[in-house]
This record gives sequence, structure tokens and C-alpha cells, in this order.
Amino acid sequence: MHRAELSAASTGASGGGATPGLPPHSGLSAAEKSQSRRVMRRRKLLTLAFVAPLIIFVLIAFVAPIGTMLYRSVYHPTVAQLIPETLAVLADWDETGEARPSDSALNIFTVELQLLADDRRSGKLAEEINRSLPGSSSLIKSSARKIKPLDPEMLSRDGASKLLAMQPQWQQVEIWREMKLAGALFTNDFYLTALDLMHNTQGDIVARDTQIYVKLYMKSLWIALLITLLTGIISYPLAYYLATAPTRTANTLMVFVLLPFWTSLLVRTTSWIALLQTNGVVNSFLQSIHAIGEPLELLYTQFSTVIAMTHILLPFMILPLYSVMKGIDPSYLRAALSLGAKPIPAFIRIYMPMTVPGLSAGALLVFIISIGYYITPALVGGTDGQMISNIIAFHMQSSNNWELAAALGSLLLGLILLLYWIYDRLVGVSNIKLG
Amino acid sequence: MTDTSTTGQAPSSDDQYVRFINVKKSYDQHNLVVKDFNLDARKGEFVTLLGPSGSGKTTCLMMLAGFEDVTSGSILINGEPVNNIAPYHRNIGMVFQHYALFPHMTISENLAYPLKVRKKSADEVKRRVKESLALVELADFGKRYPGQLSGGQKQRVALARSLIFEPSIVLMDEPLGALDKNLREQMQFEIKRLHEDLGFTAIYVTHDQTEALTMSDRIAVFNDGIVEQCAAPEELYERPANSFVADFIGENNRIPGTVARIEGGRAQISLADGSSATTLNPNCPQPGEPCMLTIRPENLFIAGDTLRDNCIEASFTTRLYVGDSIRYFFKMSSGAELMVKALNDSQAPVLTPGALTRLTWDLADGLALDRAI
Repeated sequence: MHRAELSAASTGASGGGATPGLPPHSGLSAAEKSQSRRVMRRRKLLTLAFVAPLIIFVLIAFVAPIGTMLYRSVYHPTVAQLIPETLAVLADWDETGEARPSDSALNIFTVELQLLADDRRSGKLAEEINRSLPGSSSLIKSSARKIKPLDPEMLSRDGASKLLAMQPQWQQVEIWREMKLAGALFTNDFYLTALDLMHNTQGDIVARDTQIYVKLYMKSLWIALLITLLTGIISYPLAYYLATAPTRTANTLMVFVLLPFWTSLLVRTTSWIALLQTNGVVNSFLQSIHAIGEPLELLYTQFSTVIAMTHILLPFMILPLYSVMKGIDPSYLRAALSLGAKPIPAFIRIYMPMTVPGLSAGALLVFIISIGYYITPALVGGTDGQMISNIIAFHMQSSNNWELAAALGSLLLGLILLLYWIYDRLVGVSNIKLG
Repeated sequence: MTDTSTTGQAPSSDDQYVRFINVKKSYDQHNLVVKDFNLDARKGEFVTLLGPSGSGKTTCLMMLAGFEDVTSGSILINGEPVNNIAPYHRNIGMVFQHYALFPHMTISENLAYPLKVRKKSADEVKRRVKESLALVELADFGKRYPGQLSGGQKQRVALARSLIFEPSIVLMDEPLGALDKNLREQMQFEIKRLHEDLGFTAIYVTHDQTEALTMSDRIAVFNDGIVEQCAAPEELYERPANSFVADFIGENNRIPGTVARIEGGRAQISLADGSSATTLNPNCPQPGEPCMLTIRPENLFIAGDTLRDNCIEASFTTRLYVGDSIRYFFKMSSGAELMVKALNDSQAPVLTPGALTRLTWDLADGLALDRAI
């Protein structure tokens, strides 16, 4: 390396000197340029080498799982894998018409249905189709049961008439339409479900009778907003006090702000259970001073979710506010007073606008963290205080509907990005200051 | 405390427009930051509080502005005690070291702010903001934000803002401390011009003695919470009350000695190397007490053919070429180091290191001041 630099330098010098008619300071010679480019490239590679581990980690641990989740929410190959050949012939069939698919298509279907019955996979198909066309499960299952013993050779020639003879419902167009739709590799069904919508039998998108998820999204938004407001109201005066207090006092108090930050989340949440439960500290106290006759219903409500999460997320609001307030020269407020403004108007007109970067950073942090919060609502929320992440977890763990969980999660991600975008338009992300 | 406070008499209120009477300040109930401060400022006077950092000068300013309470004593403005008047009712303009322009407001909005809180009509606000911008020669900058201005421009705006509501007193807390040297000199002229044009009373805080000397009508030299001397610039420079003032204002040669006797307004000083010198009497310690003989470098000469009133011997050590002048360094046999500042002209002598040289000065140019042992 050292040798290469030396030779490059010498050729650069000789190249510059050899150019006839040009004064020595007229510019860089070709050799000098390439030398400089080489140095720049090496510097860039070195920088890249420093961040490479992080980039790889982020790719593996963050981009890949989220990508998989997004993909899973639209990719649904189950039906396509169960009856591939039927779907191939159905592709030519016009599902908007009133006629069922041709006999030859039905023949192929019976063959495939028999294969499924042999592998005991017909139930899977029944379940998939039943999801969009309730009642079709028993039809598919019983047909499969009846087709199972028949001769496959005969089915490939004459399956259609056998099938229709056994179950005349196969004449109807709807079931074939649903099968064709369900056979698509990519589907927006899960997104529709996540938005409380569905395809009706005509293929139009209509609202479901029971609204679950949109309501839950709205509730999560509302809870997150409430928590953001509460943390803001509590943190602002505290951060102001911390920023103006003498260093010793401020440092001591800062430990108290950070102390819950270092305690286990689970411990903090369960301590709220101890406080709020029917025979808990709060109820016992209120009863002992005869403020209430019988215990209040505090735990397992929206109230307990909000109060516990406000407590947990307070540091996220205090810290950015504090760091911004700490950086505001006290002479601004003094200047306002010397110019004749009374303390409160001066505070509102002069001081508060300067704290907007900290306030918005804190608000954005608290809001985004709280809208997807899981553990606290799960532990203290009961049914009333559940948030969208709890239903996502339910679909992941209990109902095994990963696609719906992925769709719900993707919508949540989209919602947060949308809010972030709105925030950027209103306040400007460049105004955020975390410390 | 050498301020000529005239507490006992009954002067007109214009002569004592701003008064500090026995003001003390402590932040922790133990240590006094300001110890018994007295000052009378005339209406329209430019008074500078000068001193090293931590000497209490800014605290005095903050007490006058109302941002710090007075531990003991009282502050009067136009004969009225202001101890219990809130800062926003004192009607005092203030300029801060880091300008304190509100960053989220334009220059015009900054200037309009004090008028708006006084509920002036929109027309009047507009007119006065325009006048004010013209006054500091920033007429085209009204729509800009403070972040888009240079340091000097910001300070001009800060100055304009502190003047726009026509306060009778303007306080300036090291207003030029954040500017570079050239800009600082330019702004000194600007402030002087505004002061002469508008006639406000200015109380100016700085630790820069040149700034204080060029701008002020009177300077109060602070040291460790007390005022060492309060006088006009010439008097401070030429007749410092004590060795702290002599040292703090300008450069000085210091030769330790003892007062031998005082007679006829003259003091005889015997120096450590056995020689003696004569000075005028003012501020001289009692006979027999130690003293510090101080001579400004520009008043000390390398003796040629003629000798002045006093003469001592010292050996030449080195010289420093400054450009317009040359500094010669000498050492006396007693160890005291001396400097002579000579103009860089054809008469500038050439000396060899170690050469024993006679240094000479006029009677009036040496002062015998106190010496802490």
C-alpha cells in the first residue's frame, strides 16, 4: 500500500511537471486526480466496513421479518396448492355469468377432490371455502366422502354427472365462484377482514355485520392519544422544574425519573395490579376514609390501561422535554420580562414555542409506543382495555390466523406511518429533538 | 469604597437618577457576592461596571433589572425604591450577551413585541418598528428570522428592541462579548452614537477594559464584590486609587518598595535594591508601610543624555517587536521585572542582553500604591 502511494505520488509529480506551457498551479494532473479518488474510495469503504455489522443485523432482524409479515398478509397459497388443476381450467370460466363451469372442469375437480379425500386434506379445502361461503364446508366434506371409493378412471370421464347426482348444490354458481376466488395466490381478504369488510356473493366489497377491528383501531388511537396528552400534561411542569432547578437537585430528581425506567416492565405493571385490584391499596384507602361504600371497579378496565401506561411512558416524554428546556437560555424569558411582558404571557408566547421540538419528539415517541403496546393492556386491561396489539397476539397464538394477524399488523404499521406523515406536514420532523 | 456617594445631601433627582444604596447580595446566606455597593448615576450618563468575571458586576445589573432580589440595601430609580417592583413594570431596556432574540419570531415581530404587550395600536407598532429598523440600519431585514442574521446584526436588533419602548434606562450585560474584535469596535461606536442621540441612561457591564475606557462617562471597577474605584476613564488610568485598579486598567510596571517619608505633597520611596524614587502623594500608604511603585510602560524611558526626575538601573533581558512599538524587558537586581514601551522610530535603542541600563521617568508618572504582603 505504502509503496503504491509513493509511486503514485512520484508519477503525479512528474506528470504535473512534464505538462508543457502550463503554470505549476493550474490544476491537478490526471495522476493526482486518480490518487485523490483512490484515497476517497478507501475512506468510503472503511466507513462502510464500520457500519456493515449493523446493516446486516438490521436486514436480518428487522427488514426480513417485517417483509415476511407484509408478504404473508396478502399471500395465501392454500387453495391453489389443494386444487391446482381445477383452478387451471376454472381460469377460462366466466364467473360473472349464470352458468356453472363445464362438465370437463367438474370432472377434473372430482379427481382432485378424491385425491384430497385420500390424503385426508379435503377438510382443509372445506374450511378455506367455508370462510367466504358459510355452509359450503359440509357440502365439500360429504362430496369428498362419497367420491372417495369411486374409480378415478370413471371420475375423469364422468365425474361431473356423479357429483351433480350426489349433491345438486354443485349446480349453483356461487360455490364455483368462491373456489375460483379462493384459488388466487394473492388475496386482499385479510385486509378486508381487518377493516371489517368482506366480499359479498356478487364480488362487491361490503361492510360486515359485526364491526370489530375498526372499532379496536379507533379505541387504540383514542387510548394512545389520551396517554400522550396525560404524559404531556404531567411531564411539562416537571421537566421545566428539572431544567431550572440547581444541578444537584435536578440530578437527584432525574434518578427518580429514570428509576422506573430501569425496573422491569412486568414488575411495574403488576404493581399497578396490586394497587388497583378490588381489595388493593387504592380501594382499601378510599374505603378506610369512607369516601366510597364498596370497592370501585378499577382493575381490568380502560382506566387501568391508561393510568399504567401513562406511568410507564412518562420518561419518554420527560427526557426529550428536559433536554430541550435545558438548552433554552434563561435570558429569553428575562428579555421578555424586561420588554414588559407579564410572566405567564411571556411563558406562553416566548418559552413554550421554543419547547415545541422536545414536546413533539416526546409526544411522537409516547404515541407511537403506546398505540402498539401489548403487555400492559394484556395484564391490566381486561376486556375493556384491550388494544389492537392484543387482538394481533390473539390471532397469532390462539386462532392461528397468521395471515389476519399480519394484515392487522401491517395496517397498524401503515397507520403509524400515516400519522408520522401528517405530523411531518404539520410540525416538521426536522423540529424533533431528542437530546 | 471610593465612590463619592452623596447620601447625606439633597441633590436633584437627575443627578441621582439611578441609585444603589448599601446594596448587598448573597445567594447562599453565607457569602456575599456584592458587598456594600453604592453608586449614583446621572440621568443620561453612561456608567460601566468593569471587573473580572465573578466580581459581582452582573449581579448588580440583574438586581437593577429586577431578576435578582436585593439581600440588603435599596435601589432607587428617579427617587423611587424599586425593590418591590416586578421587572416587567420597571420599564428598563436590557441587552443580553447572547442577544436573546426570540428565534421563532421575525426581526419585526421581535421589535414589535414590547409595543404589543403595551397594547399600542397596530399603526403605531408598524411605524415605530420601521423607525427602529432604520435607526440601526437594518431596514430590509424585518422579515428575516434571527437565525438568518450575523452576530453584529443580531446585536443591533437586540439593541433596537431594548430601545423601542423608549425606556429611560438601558442595561447591557457584556453585549459585545460574543463578537469578534473588528465588529466589537464597530458596535462600540454604534452604541455610543445611539446613546448620544437618544440620551438614555446606560449601565454597561463588561470585563474588557478597553471597551470600558472608550465608551464610558464613568467606570466602576469591581473586585470580589466591592467597588475599588468609580471614576472617569482618564482618572482611572492616570490616578488609580489602588494597585488592583492600576493593574486591571492597562499595563503597569510594579516595583515593590517602602514609603520612607511624605512631605510637601511628595512621597519618598525606598526600593528593594537600595535606590529611591519620588512620587506625588495621592493614595500613598503611611510612612514606614510597604508600597508598590507603579509606572506605565509608556511613561518609562531608556535614559539617553537627559535624565528625568527619577532614575533606576536594570539589566536588559529581551525585546518584543510589536510593529508600531517595541517592548523592552528589564530586570532589576531586586528581581522586579520592568517593561518599557518605546515607539518604533529611528531613536529606538539597540541593546545587548545583560547590559546594565538606566531607566528614567517623570515625577508625576510614578504612583506609590498599597501593597498586599
